[in-house]
Amino acid sequence: MPQTELETRSPKVETDLRELAQDAVRRAMAGGATAAEAVVREGDEFSTTVRLGQVETLKESGSRAIGVRVFFGKRAASTYSSDFSRSGLDRMLNSALALAKITSEDPFGGIPEAAQLGSLSGDLDLYHEDVYSLPGVDRIEYARRAEKAALDFDPRIKNSEGGSFDAATGHKVLANSHGFVGEYRRSYCSVAAIPIAQDDRGGMQRDYWFSVARNLGRLDPPEQVGRIAAERTIRRLGARKAKTAHVPIIFDPMVAASILEHIFEGVNGDSVYRGASFLAGKLGQKIAGENVTVIDDGTIPGGFGTSPFDGEGIPTRRTLVIDNGVLKSYLLNTYTAKKLGLQTTANASRGLAGTPGIGPGNYFLQQGKKTPKEIIGDVKEGLYVTEFLGHGANLVTGDYSRGASGLWISGGEFAYPVEEITVAGSLKEMFFNISEIGNDLEFRGSVASPTIRIDGLTVGGE
Amino acid sequence: MTQEQFFFQHYGLTQADLQRYLAAALSAGGDYADLYFEYLSSTSLMVDESMVKSASQGISAGCGIRVVSGERTGYAYTDDLSPERILHAARTAALIASGPAKTPSVGFQQKQARSLYPVTLPSVDAEITAKVELVMRADSTARTYDPRIKEVRASYSDELRNILIVTTEGTFAEDSQPLARLNVSCIAKTDQQSGRGSSGGGGRVALDFFFGEKTPEHFAKEAARQAILQLDAQAAPAGEMEVVLGPGWPGVLLHEAVGHGLEADFNRKKTSAFAGLIGRRVASEKCTVVDNGTMPWRRGSLNVDDEGEPTQETVLIENGILKGYLSDKLSARLMGISDTGNGRRESYEHIPMPRMTNTYMLAGEDNPEDIIRSVKHGVYAVNFGGGQVDITNGKFVFSASEAYMIEDGHITAPIKGATLIGNGPDVLTRVSMVGNDLQLDEGVGTCGKDGQAVPVGVGIPTIKIDRLTVGGTAKKDTGGFMQ
Repeated sequence: MPQTELETRSPKVETDLRELAQDAVRRAMAGGATAAEAVVREGDEFSTTVRLGQVETLKESGSRAIGVRVFFGKRAASTYSSDFSRSGLDRMLNSALALAKITSEDPFGGIPEAAQLGSLSGDLDLYHEDVYSLPGVDRIEYARRAEKAALDFDPRIKNSEGGSFDAATGHKVLANSHGFVGEYRRSYCSVAAIPIAQDDRGGMQRDYWFSVARNLGRLDPPEQVGRIAAERTIRRLGARKAKTAHVPIIFDPMVAASILEHIFEGVNGDSVYRGASFLAGKLGQKIAGENVTVIDDGTIPGGFGTSPFDGEGIPTRRTLVIDNGVLKSYLLNTYTAKKLGLQTTANASRGLAGTPGIGPGNYFLQQGKKTPKEIIGDVKEGLYVTEFLGHGANLVTGDYSRGASGLWISGGEFAYPVEEITVAGSLKEMFFNISEIGNDLEFRGSVASPTIRIDGLTVGGE
Repeated sequence: MTQEQFFFQHYGLTQADLQRYLAAALSAGGDYADLYFEYLSSTSLMVDESMVKSASQGISAGCGIRVVSGERTGYAYTDDLSPERILHAARTAALIASGPAKTPSVGFQQKQARSLYPVTLPSVDAEITAKVELVMRADSTARTYDPRIKEVRASYSDELRNILIVTTEGTFAEDSQPLARLNVSCIAKTDQQSGRGSSGGGGRVALDFFFGEKTPEHFAKEAARQAILQLDAQAAPAGEMEVVLGPGWPGVLLHEAVGHGLEADFNRKKTSAFAGLIGRRVASEKCTVVDNGTMPWRRGSLNVDDEGEPTQETVLIENGILKGYLSDKLSARLMGISDTGNGRRESYEHIPMPRMTNTYMLAGEDNPEDIIRSVKHGVYAVNFGGGQVDITNGKFVFSASEAYMIEDGHITAPIKGATLIGNGPDVLTRVSMVGNDLQLDEGVGTCGKDGQAVPVGVGIPTIKIDRLTVGGTAKKDTGGFMQ
């Protein structure tokens, strides 16, 4: 079985967690299970908030937990525990074995085949101890600098929900009864600022900005984060409602990523086999304009959605989801792949309990050639959306309606801020109407999109 | 078994240990410290395609330690309840302060607590086969409701949260909090159309609740009815119009439009659109809104909050006038207001903050039929998905999942789901009629704030809002830019 140790740190702990996972699997099998899988997670977190120059919160802790999934033939159950004592682990295993007797025979159930299991080799650039390398004082200073840059940016920035610095590391071990055992560590750090601006009439606006990275060196300077947060906040001052209208809408990369997530939900195997998706049954068909290519890639070194294997122990991969508007692949785990008569795309996501779900790797819309400025410049009258409020998307019917705020575009330029409006349309049509795709793709999480323009949507307002 | 016995027996804790941990928490000074012990056991079941596909159980236990010094909070937690780990966490949290050690009060006082959810057998300990029966009955009821119902998913989940809270002020509070919920979602299909419906409920109840008061059949029929209804839904209108909200879950309006904005932390920091509006008119005089954590068996209720304070009924808006905020200990102390027992947290890993419990508007005098009859052209919204608010500019949304047009005083065609958007500090000033039919939701609400999820309840009678923006797609007769 292919296996890679990506990181080596204090060997004692490594061995403990690996052994713990393998031991849980062995004991489940000894208890009569026909297949078993165990996951152990350990993590540390640090976070601090500085508000108006003063430390507001400091939080530092670690935790760990174990989960098992057992099968009796085609029946499955899962249990988890944060209690690593012998009695705690016994109780967890015994409940799993008992619980599996009341679930149904599911012909498609089971862990992956042994031959499918494995782990990407090489350094995936996911773990850097330097996220914890700063002394406590300097971590607080990161948060303070981000907030200060925002407060100093403009006299209208009069209040703040603070600047923050967060760091975390996670260690995950997965083992199953085919003898697979794999593990990886990931690290994360972020700096953010949430300033509040007030205009002459007392109207307040809040916005934010952040930088996130797997190591400290790649984090944007706190001053830059604070300044962008302040710019985003100031430009919202004096926002008004817009008239109800049918105009081109440009979505900034953050909100465009949220639209892209609807395609992810639509190609999620769990929604597809249940017919609960507007994209079910559309494999091989055109579901978007020819300019739309969407990729999921869990293998990109350093990516926020990267891991050496998925939640079931299958090496991650690159999947072409939409190729020039044609739906090429759903995103699947072992179960949903079997249900649909397809192969898994290694998108299993495994929490501590329950059956594996489906999660993105690094999932993105391929960028185009135009700059955001050029895209905005082409619009005579339109809306530039910078924030969504609420989650009004119905994946079954395709109905789409969300609260929004942003900037009105007039003559190719930002005219004034707008708020308390809605953006509505149909998911079935929206992706055919992406008329422009920007050249500004940047990952700030596992789902990313460049700026996009969509025509044919309704702006609801006065 | 009391919870004192629970934690003392399971973890060998003694009162002397608790004093020692608190002393460690104040070892570098600070105004206040508390310990939050939690032992959470949970079960969940899911039936899909008429098969019990998933069953899980779990235990999560730990202790969170908080030290407060002025406006500063230090926090650390451990999932290992050995004295060494708790002391280590206490010393970590203590780093927020920098002064001479302080001594916690000597001896604990146990507060007289209510018993709002006196279950004899917590559902987590009930027979799993009875829970399987619930989800299977929900599945078969929904499937037989109408041949156009093609997919059904039913799930059941419950938990029992044992907590123990001790503070340097001498508070000693315990609670054992059950929570159970049954959910059904359906997909209806014809050749041309599809629809989705979901329904669910529960509370801090024992398993027999689902065999008596609210059965799986009740939730299954409701989910199926909504899915079928959506098959014929027309495009929703776009723009400002009269909106009538039905009773019950549409109370999510209050949660988003005013509830969050009245949480004391936002007002202490003056980041809420409601900051400084106490005593001012924020609603029509027909509106009285309360938050009430003391309702027996309700999902949002608590005997004590997560800081050990008894919950209470707090008037937020009385006859249209803003009366008060929802507070935890920290904001109460810093603002010089009373602690309303609204300090809540998701788990031992989280710092408590002001949160809602059950938030609702009191019944008025209008007859619901009269309210509908008074509308010439508008929307009648009776079921909602979630909502969201930006507390700083006050803008909020909530998404209608079941709604109808009202034409000339009559409810007409069902319309597709649409987001409703408004401004918190003034939306209730446009409430012109309040029905006599207050209902609370069935027990499905979960509220998120700063990444922490807690169970809540909402409620409202039928109300009429004279003007609210509806986010549909249907083209209006007038206005609008075209390009």
